[in-house]
Amino acid sequence: MKISVNVDGVTYADEVEARLLLVHYLRERLGKTGTVVGCDTGNCGACTVHLDGHSIKSCQMFAVQANGHEVTTIEGLARDGKLHPVQEAFRNNHALQCGFCTPGMIMQAIDLLADESDPDDETVRKGLEGNLCRCTGYQNIVRAVQDAAQRMKPGAGPKIEQHSDEHVTAQQPVGGE
Amino acid sequence: MTATAEPEVGKARLRKEDARLITGQTTWTDNIQLTGMLHMAVLRSPVAHARIRHIDCSRATAMPGVAIVLTGEDLAAEQGSLPCAWPITEDMKAPAAPALAVDQVNFAGEAVALVIADNAYRAADALAAIDVDYDELPVVLDLEEALQDQDLVHPDLGTNKCATWVLDSAEAGSGTNVEDEIASAEVVLERTFRQQRLIPSFMEPRSVVVDPSAGMFTVWSATQIPHILRWMLSAVTGIAEHKIRVIAPDVGGGFGGKLQVTPEELLCLLVARRMGRPVKWTESRTESMLSAHHGRDQIQKITLSARRDGTVTGLKVELLADMGAYLRLVTPGIPILGAFMFNAIYKFAAYRFVCTNVFTNKVPTDAYRGAGRPEATFAIERMMDELAVELDMDPMRVRELNWIKHEEFPFTTVAGMTYDSGNYEAATARAMELFDYEALREEQQRRRSSRDPVQIGIGISTYTEMCGLAPSRVLGALRYAAGGWESASIRMLPTGKVEVITGTSPHGQGHETVWSQIVADRLGVPFEDVEVLHGDTASSHRGMDSYGSRSLAVGGTALVHAADKVLAKARRLAAHMMECDEADVEFATGSFSVRGTSTVRTLGDVVLAAHVAHDLPEGMEPGMDADATFDPDNFSFPHGTHLCATEVDTQTGMVRIRSYVAVDDVGTVVNPLIVDGQVHGGLAQGIAQALYEEAIHDEMGTLTTATFADYLVPSAADLPAFMTARTSTPATSNPLGVKGVGEAGTIASTPAVVNGVLDAVRHLGVRDIEMPLSPERVWTALQGGAADASTPAAGGLGSIDAQGGQS
Repeated sequence: MKISVNVDGVTYADEVEARLLLVHYLRERLGKTGTVVGCDTGNCGACTVHLDGHSIKSCQMFAVQANGHEVTTIEGLARDGKLHPVQEAFRNNHALQCGFCTPGMIMQAIDLLADESDPDDETVRKGLEGNLCRCTGYQNIVRAVQDAAQRMKPGAGPKIEQHSDEHVTAQQPVGGE
Repeated sequence: MTATAEPEVGKARLRKEDARLITGQTTWTDNIQLTGMLHMAVLRSPVAHARIRHIDCSRATAMPGVAIVLTGEDLAAEQGSLPCAWPITEDMKAPAAPALAVDQVNFAGEAVALVIADNAYRAADALAAIDVDYDELPVVLDLEEALQDQDLVHPDLGTNKCATWVLDSAEAGSGTNVEDEIASAEVVLERTFRQQRLIPSFMEPRSVVVDPSAGMFTVWSATQIPHILRWMLSAVTGIAEHKIRVIAPDVGGGFGGKLQVTPEELLCLLVARRMGRPVKWTESRTESMLSAHHGRDQIQKITLSARRDGTVTGLKVELLADMGAYLRLVTPGIPILGAFMFNAIYKFAAYRFVCTNVFTNKVPTDAYRGAGRPEATFAIERMMDELAVELDMDPMRVRELNWIKHEEFPFTTVAGMTYDSGNYEAATARAMELFDYEALREEQQRRRSSRDPVQIGIGISTYTEMCGLAPSRVLGALRYAAGGWESASIRMLPTGKVEVITGTSPHGQGHETVWSQIVADRLGVPFEDVEVLHGDTASSHRGMDSYGSRSLAVGGTALVHAADKVLAKARRLAAHMMECDEADVEFATGSFSVRGTSTVRTLGDVVLAAHVAHDLPEGMEPGMDADATFDPDNFSFPHGTHLCATEVDTQTGMVRIRSYVAVDDVGTVVNPLIVDGQVHGGLAQGIAQALYEEAIHDEMGTLTTATFADYLVPSAADLPAFMTARTSTPATSNPLGVKGVGEAGTIASTPAVVNGVLDAVRHLGVRDIEMPLSPERVWTALQGGAADASTPAAGGLGSIDAQGGQS
């Protein structure tokens, strides 16, 4: 089947088997290996990407279902050499160890922050329930998401950063209301 | 090259590794695409025990894209037997372990055939077209029944008993006779605990790529042990070791689960050789759970003797340990690692440890975070609580009465280990303070008297562990096939930048960051100027890899020694350059100076002079590189006090961890950020054993928990926030004073949680609950029923079909 998908700002037109999973299309056909596969059942969330601004598990979708849609992966977050605030927060809070769950975790966290701009501990934990991490015990992930929320708040941080953060977040397909 | 202003050791450096991991610029093995690459898919046995009567591959072979289909018979002449490097006794029974079953399968999930195709989807399609006729055999699952030898896993061995290993303090001369202590004791407690089977559940599924081009076999693998893997692949296949290069690129977690020489690594190598083309295999999660080794799985019978005043006297440990169907790399040695730890921090007069290793028709077991030591710690920490209950004493008081006092170090234990340093009083005092122990005890009393439906309990675990694996002579004495040293090299580049080559193989631990800190500190070079190379046998040819909380204590020490060699040579050259006596040369923050003068040469100046070699002292070789290998004299012994407050809803059986305090003494801390992270992750895995995880085989030997829907790896919503703190008594066995931190949280936390739950419900008549403490088990126990092992505790949604999850 023929599909046309915009991934990280580039439009691709491809002939794919109907059964090809979106995550395999991203990894094998487009070389977007930043998005990974951690399980077969949609439980681990390592393959989380955004489809039109909302997080989805790309191992639970066929590539053909993404036809005509916009996909954002971990590789499409940084703009003009500047990391997304959630990426920054993960690094600054040591929210990753082996890093395998990290792309999915970051994509899910961005989706969560679009709905909840100032989430408490409980909200973050529930919001990330569909993404498993085996290394961190989640403590620093929760901290990173809350830290990112503060940095992404209008008025947070120094003037220059406010501007650039808004600039960055405005361009992110972060979903939400 | 500029001097570093403040010490690097102790600094919460953000990790170098993160830049690529947060942007998706990673090098997981499964990312590799090579021209002409073929894909391997593995057909796995749906039955746990059967003779293979016939395999028909004709339909599969004819399918589109299929290059070849191979069975065990096809590979029998070249596949050899997968290695077991730890024959724990002279008379240990060890079955042949073919990578691909030849005429018999011994566990559900064992590989029976493979398909090589031009893409992974087509390879998987063809699996369904392979017809295998099995003659089913009786399935051996229960450890005690297995020892009756009614039905045999491996009939040719004549028994299901693999080996029996004994440590006895009277025989070893490290203590008295345990039977005498038990016979004369005022109090004798006998308990049986079950260490359920766990699945390591690293997030990155295993993946292997083998490229046979250019006269070499280049093997990429998601492994913890590239060096051991290279050695073993050579030993099994006969391919010369120097014609094999193993690369562990970015590896997504291991926890012991990737401390293995796997059937699939061997099969990819054999197929790449046969086809002359690169071959890739990447497992699905279900395959991983069905075939990658599991952990734990022991029945522990513990007898503890004591005096009425609370003083412990004797400890007898009788273990049955489930090997599963085969002995993998270190399978039989895992329970033996616990042999030295049951006595823990307590001063027993007598100790006897007897472990019987048993074969069953289950997935083989092997290392999983803590490996033998969590099992030991669980048993002893549960027993100390049982003793406190028996004597109606405060459980912390009982521990305090019996533990080694800080002024008694170094202390040689009844198991023959010499603990070099520690301060149990200090860690405990800090933990009690952070936890607010007294206030929680008061609340507990209030809830008990008001018969609150939510009861609270306090769980204690004052653990120690043996880390820094391991002194080679000890490993030799334990009949382990390899040594326990580690190696490091430092390459001083002409511009003053530094390359560090380490034999450790990180898979999430942050060695690139921490090793940079150590070298920056030692050589006075900027942190950013150090590059750490690892996990490639071409650049790092010598190493014993990463497991057993060894990397920093052993590998970090090798690095310190290499840096010291660089400095020793540089000092000599600096003296030559500054025309002074070497004894007058001082080194600080990256510069050499002559005592009492303003003459200075930076390390960079000296390195350049060594590189150009225009004017070197008589006999000095050009260059400033150095290698060092460190073999530790002793293990290291981290310890700590963990306190867990649990809430138990007596109406639903639901357990909630209200607060968790972990105070750990891991010796000197190089990077507190990373140490905290290791503790958090360790706690999560230990708590998961206590409350959530269990690998369950049904009565046919099918693993019913072979997906993340059924095997309950906790999510963020299932875990509490942890309060961590540290006390520190530096290790005396290495110059850094470090003890290791990778396994501490896992080892300590399981008994803390279980002790906490029992403390909450013991007054309601509950004496024990088997792990994992699911709501169902807790509720059943509260109804006065036995919460025994026959009730699946977790998962059990039945989503694995008779084909073992494969279609």
